[in-house]
Amino acid sequence: MSEHIVYPRVYVTIFLVLLVGTGLTVLAAFQDFPGPLNAVVALTIAVVKATLVVLYFMHVRYSSRLIWLVIAAALFWLAIMFALTISDYSTRAWLPVM
Amino acid sequence: MPEAIAPTHEAGAHSALQHHFENMEQQREAGTLGMWVFLVTEIMFFGALFLAYTLYRYKYPEAFAAASNHLDLRLGAINTVVLIFSSFTMAMAVYSTQVGKRRNSIICLLLTIVLGLTFLGIKAVEYHDKYRDSLIPGQLIPGRPFNPPVAKPGEEADEHKLHLPPGATVKNVEMFYWIYFAMTGMHALHMIIGVGLLTVLTIMAWRGRFSPEYHAPVEISGLYWHFVDIVWIFLFPLLYLLGRHLEKHLG
Repeated sequence: MSEHIVYPRVYVTIFLVLLVGTGLTVLAAFQDFPGPLNAVVALTIAVVKATLVVLYFMHVRYSSRLIWLVIAAALFWLAIMFALTISDYSTRAWLPVM
Repeated sequence: MPEAIAPTHEAGAHSALQHHFENMEQQREAGTLGMWVFLVTEIMFFGALFLAYTLYRYKYPEAFAAASNHLDLRLGAINTVVLIFSSFTMAMAVYSTQVGKRRNSIICLLLTIVLGLTFLGIKAVEYHDKYRDSLIPGQLIPGRPFNPPVAKPGEEADEHKLHLPPGATVKNVEMFYWIYFAMTGMHALHMIIGVGLLTVLTIMAWRGRFSPEYHAPVEISGLYWHFVDIVWIFLFPLLYLLGRHLEKHLG
């Protein structure tokens, strides 16, 4: 497998999209969405921006399956850490208070 | 010359090729994989900080919103753009090295350093503002323990004073600032290390050490730099923007 070269045109496009994303996240932060939607919108934009950086700036789109596996493992373990800890903290109030 | 070391590559092999790799391609792949494994540990490290943030944000929502609104949104947004721009110049440095344009790659690396230092400079201004308003948590700063001026209800807006909505206490605002300084501080430390790496790369590029066949150091340092950018992409909305939509209600 030879190395894939990403051309400047792709980098410029991603750069511009990231700038737009930054503008959007600031705009969205001042809108009063119902419930927890503000956090959802902010995180969605952040995840999209991060994904673009990983896929194009970090060349993962053109990397070997091994790299994909390493990243998937990282996200899986991160999910375990969040899921188990939050399930603990969010259910502590369920215990009967003596 | 020690005779135990047998030559493993033919005379024509690239001088940067280490004896335990078959060829440059395999060596480059191994380096990239190694960097990604390191970044996994970094994801878990920053992940724990993000987890602490999540738990306390849901425990003290009013205090977190009030404390977040007290941060300088303008400086935070400028820094986000600066960092994204630096990621772009870093990517261009990788490209220039890949295609063997030494001059361009040095220019891009230097630009990335300048943008990284700009980010750190703006961060320093922000930290100084927090110092001035006694917002550095705990008793860390001699003579300036955490003791922010708090606006009285109905008082005119004053950017130096904290506006505490019902349910928010100074103690819980301090918790936000612990997390703010821990996360942005660790992020800044990573930036400082990154600027150090870039300086070494610039010197290596200056000496003509890189070529289309050998540029793994630029590439994997680029991975590190982009990772630090990604951390900030999450930090910016979570720290600076979390309570902006409540500003009207919080008063």
